Amino acid sequence: MSNDSGPAQGDPRDEIIEYLPAMRAFAMSLTRNSAAADDLVQDTIVKAWKNFDKFKEGTNLRAWLFMILRNTFYSSRRKAKREVADVDGAMAATLSEKPAHDGRLAMADFEKAFAQLSDEQREALILVGASGFSYEEAAETCKVAVGTIKSRINRARHRLAEIMELHEDEALELTDSATTAVVSASMQPRKSIA
Amino acid sequence: MEQKEPKSNLEWQIDENLRKVYQRTVEEDVPDKFLDLLKQLKDQDAHNEQ
Repeated sequence: MSNDSGPAQGDPRDEIIEYLPAMRAFAMSLTRNSAAADDLVQDTIVKAWKNFDKFKEGTNLRAWLFMILRNTFYSSRRKAKREVADVDGAMAATLSEKPAHDGRLAMADFEKAFAQLSDEQREALILVGASGFSYEEAAETCKVAVGTIKSRINRARHRLAEIMELHEDEALELTDSATTAVVSASMQPRKSIA
Repeated sequence: MEQKEPKSNLEWQIDENLRKVYQRTVEEDVPDKFLDLLKQLKDQDAHNEQ
Protein backbone atom coordinates (compact mmCIF):
# COMPACT_ATOMS: atom_id res chain seq x y z
CA MET A 1 0.00 0.00 0.00
CA SER A 2 2.19 2.79 -1.19
CA ASN A 3 0.12 5.81 -1.91
CA ASP A 4 1.48 9.17 -0.93
CA SER A 5 -1.07 11.02 -2.98
CA GLY A 6 -3.81 12.03 -0.60
CA PRO A 7 -7.14 10.22 -0.36
CA ALA A 8 -7.21 6.58 -1.41
CA GLN A 9 -8.15 5.13 -4.74
CA GLY A 10 -11.84 5.39 -4.05
CA ASP A 11 -12.26 2.01 -2.38
CA PRO A 12 -14.34 2.65 0.74
CA ARG A 13 -12.85 -0.48 2.27
CA ASP A 14 -9.56 1.34 2.58
CA GLU A 15 -11.12 3.24 5.43
CA ILE A 16 -10.97 0.12 7.56
CA ILE A 17 -7.32 0.95 8.19
CA GLU A 18 -8.26 4.09 10.08
CA TYR A 19 -10.22 2.08 12.60
CA LEU A 20 -7.60 -0.58 13.28
CA PRO A 21 -6.23 1.08 16.41
CA ALA A 22 -9.72 1.46 17.87
CA MET A 23 -10.61 -2.10 16.88
CA ARG A 24 -7.53 -3.41 18.64
CA ALA A 25 -8.34 -1.45 21.77
CA PHE A 26 -11.92 -2.71 21.76
CA ALA A 27 -10.76 -6.29 21.12
CA MET A 28 -8.26 -5.95 23.93
CA SER A 29 -10.94 -4.83 26.35
CA LEU A 30 -13.12 -7.80 25.43
CA THR A 31 -10.45 -10.50 25.42
CA ARG A 32 -7.94 -8.95 27.86
CA ASN A 33 -5.25 -10.88 26.08
CA SER A 34 -3.23 -9.38 23.29
CA ALA A 35 -2.81 -12.56 21.25
CA ALA A 36 -6.55 -13.25 21.40
CA ALA A 37 -7.26 -9.61 20.63
CA ASP A 38 -5.13 -9.70 17.52
CA ASP A 39 -6.78 -12.92 16.34
CA LEU A 40 -10.13 -11.28 16.87
CA VAL A 41 -9.15 -8.20 14.90
CA GLN A 42 -7.83 -10.39 12.13
CA ASP A 43 -11.09 -12.35 11.88
CA THR A 44 -13.02 -9.08 11.95
CA ILE A 45 -11.00 -7.63 9.08
CA VAL A 46 -11.64 -10.67 6.91
CA LYS A 47 -15.38 -10.70 7.70
CA ALA A 48 -15.73 -6.98 7.16
CA TRP A 49 -13.91 -7.21 3.87
CA LYS A 50 -15.99 -10.10 2.56
CA ASN A 51 -19.26 -8.61 3.72
CA PHE A 52 -18.58 -5.05 2.80
CA ASP A 53 -21.51 -5.04 0.38
CA LYS A 54 -23.74 -5.23 3.48
CA PHE A 55 -22.33 -2.00 4.80
CA LYS A 56 -24.41 1.01 3.83
CA GLU A 57 -22.09 3.70 2.68
CA GLY A 58 -22.47 6.93 4.53
CA THR A 59 -23.47 5.16 7.73
CA ASN A 60 -21.23 4.63 10.69
CA LEU A 61 -18.31 2.43 9.65
CA ARG A 62 -16.80 2.35 13.11
CA ALA A 63 -20.04 1.09 14.66
CA TRP A 64 -20.35 -1.50 11.90
CA LEU A 65 -16.81 -2.78 12.41
CA PHE A 66 -17.25 -2.89 16.17
CA MET A 67 -20.46 -4.83 15.69
CA ILE A 68 -18.71 -7.48 13.60
CA LEU A 69 -15.91 -7.61 16.13
CA ARG A 70 -18.19 -8.19 19.08
CA ASN A 71 -20.31 -10.74 17.21
CA THR A 72 -17.17 -12.64 16.37
CA PHE A 73 -16.04 -12.45 19.96
CA TYR A 74 -19.33 -13.72 21.36
CA SER A 75 -19.68 -16.56 18.90
CA SER A 76 -16.19 -17.85 19.62
CA ARG A 77 -16.84 -17.35 23.30
CA ARG A 78 -19.95 -19.48 23.17
CA LYS A 79 -17.87 -22.28 21.71
CA ALA A 80 -15.39 -22.04 24.56
CA LYS A 81 -17.99 -21.57 27.26
CA ARG A 82 -16.88 -24.21 29.70
CA GLU A 83 -13.25 -23.25 29.62
CA VAL A 84 -14.13 -19.63 30.18
CA ALA A 85 -16.28 -20.39 33.19
CA ASP A 86 -13.33 -22.10 34.85
CA VAL A 87 -10.97 -19.28 34.11
CA ASP A 88 -13.40 -16.74 35.49
CA GLY A 89 -13.93 -18.77 38.63
CA ALA A 90 -10.21 -19.07 39.24
CA MET A 91 -9.74 -15.42 38.60
CA ALA A 92 -12.50 -14.37 40.94
CA ALA A 93 -10.87 -16.43 43.67
CA THR A 94 -7.52 -14.75 43.29
CA LEU A 95 -9.15 -11.36 43.29
CA SER A 96 -11.17 -11.63 46.44
CA GLU A 97 -8.57 -9.70 48.36
CA LYS A 98 -8.97 -6.02 48.53
CA PRO A 99 -6.31 -4.40 46.34
CA ALA A 100 -3.83 -2.48 48.40
CA HIS A 101 -4.30 1.16 47.75
CA ASP A 102 -4.03 4.37 49.60
CA GLY A 103 -6.90 6.08 47.89
CA ARG A 104 -5.06 5.76 44.66
CA LEU A 105 -5.37 3.01 42.21
CA ALA A 106 -2.64 1.34 40.26
CA MET A 107 -3.56 0.62 36.70
CA ALA A 108 -3.06 -3.08 37.31
CA ASP A 109 -5.70 -3.04 40.05
CA PHE A 110 -8.09 -1.20 37.85
CA GLU A 111 -7.58 -3.69 35.06
CA LYS A 112 -8.15 -6.60 37.42
CA ALA A 113 -11.38 -5.09 38.61
CA PHE A 114 -12.38 -4.32 35.05
CA ALA A 115 -11.77 -7.96 34.12
CA GLN A 116 -14.36 -9.04 36.67
CA LEU A 117 -17.21 -7.27 34.96
CA SER A 118 -19.49 -9.24 32.69
CA ASP A 119 -18.72 -9.05 28.98
CA GLU A 120 -21.78 -6.92 28.39
CA GLN A 121 -20.89 -4.46 31.13
CA ARG A 122 -17.30 -4.21 30.02
CA GLU A 123 -18.25 -3.62 26.45
CA ALA A 124 -20.84 -0.95 27.25
CA LEU A 125 -18.42 0.85 29.51
CA ILE A 126 -15.62 0.78 26.96
CA LEU A 127 -17.80 1.92 24.10
CA VAL A 128 -19.30 4.88 25.91
CA GLY A 129 -16.75 5.58 28.61
CA ALA A 130 -13.57 5.17 26.61
CA SER A 131 -14.09 5.15 22.88
CA GLY A 132 -16.50 8.03 22.77
CA PHE A 133 -19.58 6.31 21.37
CA SER A 134 -22.88 7.97 22.09
CA TYR A 135 -25.43 5.83 23.94
CA GLU A 136 -27.26 5.52 20.63
CA GLU A 137 -24.20 4.32 18.73
CA ALA A 138 -23.38 1.84 21.46
CA ALA A 139 -26.96 0.56 21.38
CA GLU A 140 -26.75 0.16 17.62
CA THR A 141 -23.44 -1.66 17.88
CA CYS A 142 -24.70 -4.07 20.53
CA LYS A 143 -28.17 -4.39 19.01
CA VAL A 144 -29.95 -3.52 22.23
CA ALA A 145 -32.09 -0.63 23.45
CA VAL A 146 -30.47 2.61 24.56
CA GLY A 147 -31.91 2.07 28.05
CA THR A 148 -30.16 -1.30 28.22
CA ILE A 149 -26.82 0.32 27.47
CA LYS A 150 -27.43 2.94 30.14
CA SER A 151 -28.29 0.41 32.78
CA ARG A 152 -25.33 -1.81 31.90
CA ILE A 153 -23.05 1.18 32.31
CA ASN A 154 -24.56 2.11 35.63
CA ARG A 155 -24.26 -1.39 36.92
CA ALA A 156 -20.70 -1.67 35.63
CA ARG A 157 -19.67 1.51 37.43
CA HIS A 158 -21.24 0.37 40.65
CA ARG A 159 -19.63 -3.01 40.34
CA LEU A 160 -16.20 -1.48 39.74
CA ALA A 161 -16.56 0.78 42.74
CA GLU A 162 -17.70 -2.21 44.78
CA ILE A 163 -14.85 -4.46 43.72
CA MET A 164 -12.30 -1.79 44.45
CA GLU A 165 -14.13 -0.71 47.58
CA LEU A 166 -14.09 2.84 46.45
CA HIS A 167 -16.26 5.56 47.76
CA GLU A 168 -17.24 8.86 46.34
CA ASP A 169 -14.73 10.74 48.44
CA GLU A 170 -11.78 8.57 47.56
CA ALA A 171 -9.43 9.65 44.86
CA LEU A 172 -9.05 7.22 42.04
CA GLU A 173 -6.18 8.00 39.82
CA LEU A 174 -3.40 6.19 38.12
CA THR A 175 -0.04 7.21 39.28
CA ASP A 176 2.12 4.53 37.76
CA SER A 177 5.00 5.63 35.66
CA ALA A 178 3.29 3.62 32.93
CA THR A 179 0.45 6.08 33.07
CA THR A 180 2.76 8.99 32.71
CA ALA A 181 4.15 7.33 29.63
CA VAL A 182 0.66 6.77 28.27
CA VAL A 183 -0.35 10.32 28.94
CA SER A 184 2.75 11.80 27.40
CA ALA A 185 2.44 9.46 24.42
CA SER A 186 -1.06 10.77 23.78
CA MET A 187 0.30 14.29 23.60
CA GLN A 188 2.45 13.45 20.64
CA PRO A 189 1.12 14.04 17.17
CA ARG A 190 -0.67 11.03 15.79
CA LYS A 191 1.30 8.84 13.52
CA SER A 192 -0.41 8.14 10.26
CA ILE A 193 -0.82 4.51 9.54
CA ALA A 194 -1.20 3.92 5.84
CA MET B 1 -21.68 20.84 25.07
CA GLU B 2 -24.51 18.53 25.81
CA GLN B 3 -23.94 16.48 28.91
CA LYS B 4 -25.27 12.96 28.80
CA GLU B 5 -26.03 12.94 32.47
CA PRO B 6 -24.38 14.68 35.35
CA LYS B 7 -21.43 12.54 36.33
CA SER B 8 -20.35 12.01 39.87
CA ASN B 9 -16.72 12.35 40.74
CA LEU B 10 -16.39 8.59 41.00
CA GLU B 11 -17.95 8.02 37.60
CA TRP B 12 -15.71 10.60 36.09
CA GLN B 13 -12.65 8.96 37.54
CA ILE B 14 -13.68 5.52 36.42
CA ASP B 15 -14.10 6.81 32.89
CA GLU B 16 -10.75 8.55 33.13
CA ASN B 17 -9.09 5.26 34.01
CA LEU B 18 -10.95 3.45 31.28
CA ARG B 19 -9.77 5.96 28.74
CA LYS B 20 -6.18 5.48 29.86
CA VAL B 21 -6.38 1.72 29.57
CA TYR B 22 -8.05 2.02 26.17
CA GLN B 23 -5.75 4.73 24.90
CA ARG B 24 -2.73 2.64 25.67
CA THR B 25 -3.71 0.19 22.93
CA VAL B 26 -4.98 2.86 20.56
CA GLU B 27 -1.61 4.59 20.69
CA GLU B 28 0.31 1.46 19.79
CA ASP B 29 1.49 1.09 16.24
CA VAL B 30 -0.76 -1.17 14.24
CA PRO B 31 1.11 -4.42 13.60
CA ASP B 32 2.13 -4.87 9.99
CA LYS B 33 0.30 -8.16 9.79
CA PHE B 34 -3.02 -6.31 9.64
CA LEU B 35 -1.89 -4.03 6.88
CA ASP B 36 -0.50 -7.04 5.04
CA LEU B 37 -3.79 -8.85 5.49
CA LEU B 38 -5.74 -5.94 4.01
CA LYS B 39 -3.37 -5.77 1.10
CA GLN B 40 -3.74 -9.50 0.57
CA LEU B 41 -7.53 -9.26 0.56
CA LYS B 42 -7.34 -6.43 -1.88
CA ASP B 43 -4.99 -8.26 -4.22
CA GLN B 44 -7.20 -11.31 -4.06
CA ASP B 45 -10.22 -9.28 -5.13
CA ALA B 46 -8.34 -7.60 -7.91
CA HIS B 47 -7.32 -11.03 -9.09
CA ASN B 48 -10.83 -12.45 -8.96
CA GLU B 49 -12.33 -9.60 -10.87
CA GLN B 50 -10.12 -10.19 -13.85
